[in-house]
Amino acid sequence: MIMDATTNMLLEVRDLSVAFRQGGRESLAVDRISFDLRKGETVALVGESGSGKSVTALSVMKLLPYPAARHPSGTIRFNGQDLLAMTPEQIRHVRGNDITIIFQEPMTSLNPLHTIEKQIAEILLLHKGLAGLEARNRILELLTQVGIPDPAGRLQSYPHQLSGGQRQRVMIAMALANEPDLLIADEPTTALDVTVQAQILKLLKDIQVRLGMAMLFITHDLGIVRKLADTVCVMKDGKIVEHGPVERVFTAPEHPYTRDLLAAEPKPDPAPSQPDAQVVLKADDLKVWFPIRRGLLRRTVGHIKAVDGVTIAVRKGETLGVVGESGSGKTTLGLAILRLISSQGAIVFLGNTIAGLKFEAMRPFRRNMQIVFQDPYGSLSPRMSVSDVIEEGLWVHHPKLSAAEREARVVGALRDVGLEPEWRFRYPHEFSGGQRQRVAIARAVVLEPTFVVLDEPTSALDMLIQAQIVELLRDLQKRRSLTYLFISHDLRVVAALASHLVVMRYGKVVEEGPASDLFANPKSDYTRALFAAAFNLETAPEGVVAQ
Amino acid sequence: MDDRTSLKEPALPAPSRSDLPAAEPPAAKKWITLSPINQRRLQNFKANRRGYYALWVFLALFVASLGSELIANDQPLMVRYDGGYYFPIFKTYTETTFGGEFETAADYRDPYLQKQIAEKDGRITWAPIPYSYNTHKLDSPTPFPSKPTWLLTEKECEPIVQKKGLTGCRDLEYNWLGTDDQGFDVVARLLYGFRVSVLFGLILTIVSSVIGVAAGAVQGYFGGWIDLLFQRFIEIWTSVPELYVLLIVASVFDRTFFILLGILLLFSWVRLVGLVRAEFLRGRNFEYIQAARALGVRNRTIMFRHLLPNAMVATMTFMPFIISSSVMTLTALDFLGFGLPAGSASLGELLKQGKSNIQAPWLGMAGFFTVAIMLSLLIFIGEAVRDAFDPRKTFG
Repeated sequence: MIMDATTNMLLEVRDLSVAFRQGGRESLAVDRISFDLRKGETVALVGESGSGKSVTALSVMKLLPYPAARHPSGTIRFNGQDLLAMTPEQIRHVRGNDITIIFQEPMTSLNPLHTIEKQIAEILLLHKGLAGLEARNRILELLTQVGIPDPAGRLQSYPHQLSGGQRQRVMIAMALANEPDLLIADEPTTALDVTVQAQILKLLKDIQVRLGMAMLFITHDLGIVRKLADTVCVMKDGKIVEHGPVERVFTAPEHPYTRDLLAAEPKPDPAPSQPDAQVVLKADDLKVWFPIRRGLLRRTVGHIKAVDGVTIAVRKGETLGVVGESGSGKTTLGLAILRLISSQGAIVFLGNTIAGLKFEAMRPFRRNMQIVFQDPYGSLSPRMSVSDVIEEGLWVHHPKLSAAEREARVVGALRDVGLEPEWRFRYPHEFSGGQRQRVAIARAVVLEPTFVVLDEPTSALDMLIQAQIVELLRDLQKRRSLTYLFISHDLRVVAALASHLVVMRYGKVVEEGPASDLFANPKSDYTRALFAAAFNLETAPEGVVAQ
Repeated sequence: MDDRTSLKEPALPAPSRSDLPAAEPPAAKKWITLSPINQRRLQNFKANRRGYYALWVFLALFVASLGSELIANDQPLMVRYDGGYYFPIFKTYTETTFGGEFETAADYRDPYLQKQIAEKDGRITWAPIPYSYNTHKLDSPTPFPSKPTWLLTEKECEPIVQKKGLTGCRDLEYNWLGTDDQGFDVVARLLYGFRVSVLFGLILTIVSSVIGVAAGAVQGYFGGWIDLLFQRFIEIWTSVPELYVLLIVASVFDRTFFILLGILLLFSWVRLVGLVRAEFLRGRNFEYIQAARALGVRNRTIMFRHLLPNAMVATMTFMPFIISSSVMTLTALDFLGFGLPAGSASLGELLKQGKSNIQAPWLGMAGFFTVAIMLSLLIFIGEAVRDAFDPRKTFG
């Protein structure tokens, strides 16, 4: 692929820095980075959130909020021209024509008020001057190219009528409309399910080969890099710490940070299955149906069956993993078990039937059943100090504790989750995502519960932090023989923790069994497709998973 | 509980403080400890110079008007008489105290009493403005409304000056902004009128906000039927014409301060309901609310501790503008003649007089500038508060 370096060079970034000015202070987001991109090549920028990878991509498009952002040094040469020196008029011509970008969240990147046809037609009109029948033919061609089924029927659809994967396909069609030389993909699959992610990655790879585009791929997922990229740049704190061909970087990483990243994969070491232990929680034929009401009298015409007849049992000291795509009802199942939403069907917790109990009657049980949520930014009240957050449960369940006893428990809980007890007077915004998640875990364990529902506790975190949180959860489980219900779409994390597995789809259990058996020998097509997509980024045959 | 601490940490003593730069326990001595967010808001508010100074000017005016009795009063602050000290502003003395003839309350503006006091080596210390809002001007050289004294010509003053044996206009009772058509001093009436308007506005705002926030919170948090019924009720309620209710009630009861306040409260509490309801509807699905429910926290506690602070941001943003409109409500009612009973000091009444006495521009101008400056100050403060609470500024 690397032939004549000078003729094939598409993008040359040299000594690029980006600084942001905020409230009189200037902070350096990107610090003198350099990399090259040849025609037809894929370069991946990997790093944690805040490492400056997205900012780098946006500066190639000159899409940063100037003048709050500025480039203290560097050049970006695209086909020999310096993009940073261009006038806004010239850059507008390059943007969308020679360089295009697709973003992480396809829902917010598409205008919700315009049809698919209108959104793509706008680009064609703007850059190519195409209109009418000519434009329509080109749109159909593009939609076919990105694999939208029944493209003619989809022309008049609005973004909300498409699935997440289809929306991302439309975004890609828009990016391809002008046959760009360079496609920038800024975490294009992060918001998607693993199965859909595999499909989109395959599509990007196919199109790149077919059109001979170069691709600048931004991701935090090393699996994707390995699958897709030719060259990888590892970024940390605004600097490129390692840079080289994918094979070399993955087999012989030079920088310690790269080595850490590669080792960050959580190691599978689940709590052993305990077939004879006491059943902590048992749900029998659990149903959560949301009524669909129509008409003047709001008559119930049907139900959305979020959870439809699920039977599970968790034994003491075990971790039950619940996996499935988004919309499969796994989070709803977790909330229903904790009686945070109403449901039908028996729920037995430590021998007591808790289904149908009123909020007041549930309170004594809540001490023993806790939950940790996905988003560490949303699950802590921004107006309460960490100490207030952790104390809250103690006020409810141990109202007679003295101030000193309460403080001792808070300190103990913070130590347990690996935070400094002195930090308890700080507010959540002073903590990083991983630390916040530790606070959320401390809030759950301070009550010394028997059973904890973990609702995607690692999904919003960076790879390195993910591994640390998994380690912490495992450690807590061992020390206090906790029982977990672990909900996640990230099968690598589930594999690290779960002793028993439930695979859900459309509110129903597709397959269940001991985790080791299931991973080694999945029985249903759906489970196989899920595993292939998660572990090998491979797509499934049509019809098995959602498109 | 004890075994878990011993598992991880070998010894209990806290780690050294040196590695914890920003961790400070809250200072117990401070009266109010502000959370970091509120501290940043205070900084933002102070950074808005116009709003910050407007707040101080307004507070100074308001505090001054609270002490109106000390600034504008027809009772002297202090009288020295026959070696003794008397404080008529706080206590009513009879005329006989100062050697008069009658057992009635002393009228210190009466030249006879003044003479009696002066004879016994006494001295009268007046307030800076020696009139209350309902003190009639004596010996006016012109018919009421009378000009500001500094605008009077010597020729206008001549008859009265000669009659009383004085030297010129300057020695007459001095009215900085003239008098209104009842012969009351305009400055005194402005001072008392400002006080009553601002107090009315503040009480109306605070009480109606408390009711409105509570109603909105209940609707938003519980949703469903409660919300539906309440919303329909509010829709019907807001279509009741306020002014007619006021007229009807006024025909049965006297229009006192509190009756007016009550009637306006009946209708003004709805203003914040929609806003707070929306905030609670949005907030009740936050994960930290779910987390609190999972802990078994009571609904009331969740509403107060977790949701109310969120709703307060929107409320506080609106509050200054609600205050300024409430302050204007009383002025408007007085201007229309449906306000406080005749004779009370009120800005609206002054404006009304200005309208009916075009030949006396000091009335209209005094009223206009007072209202304009008062509202401008409130709006400046309001803008600064709104910007200080702007989440983009706070978190950006």
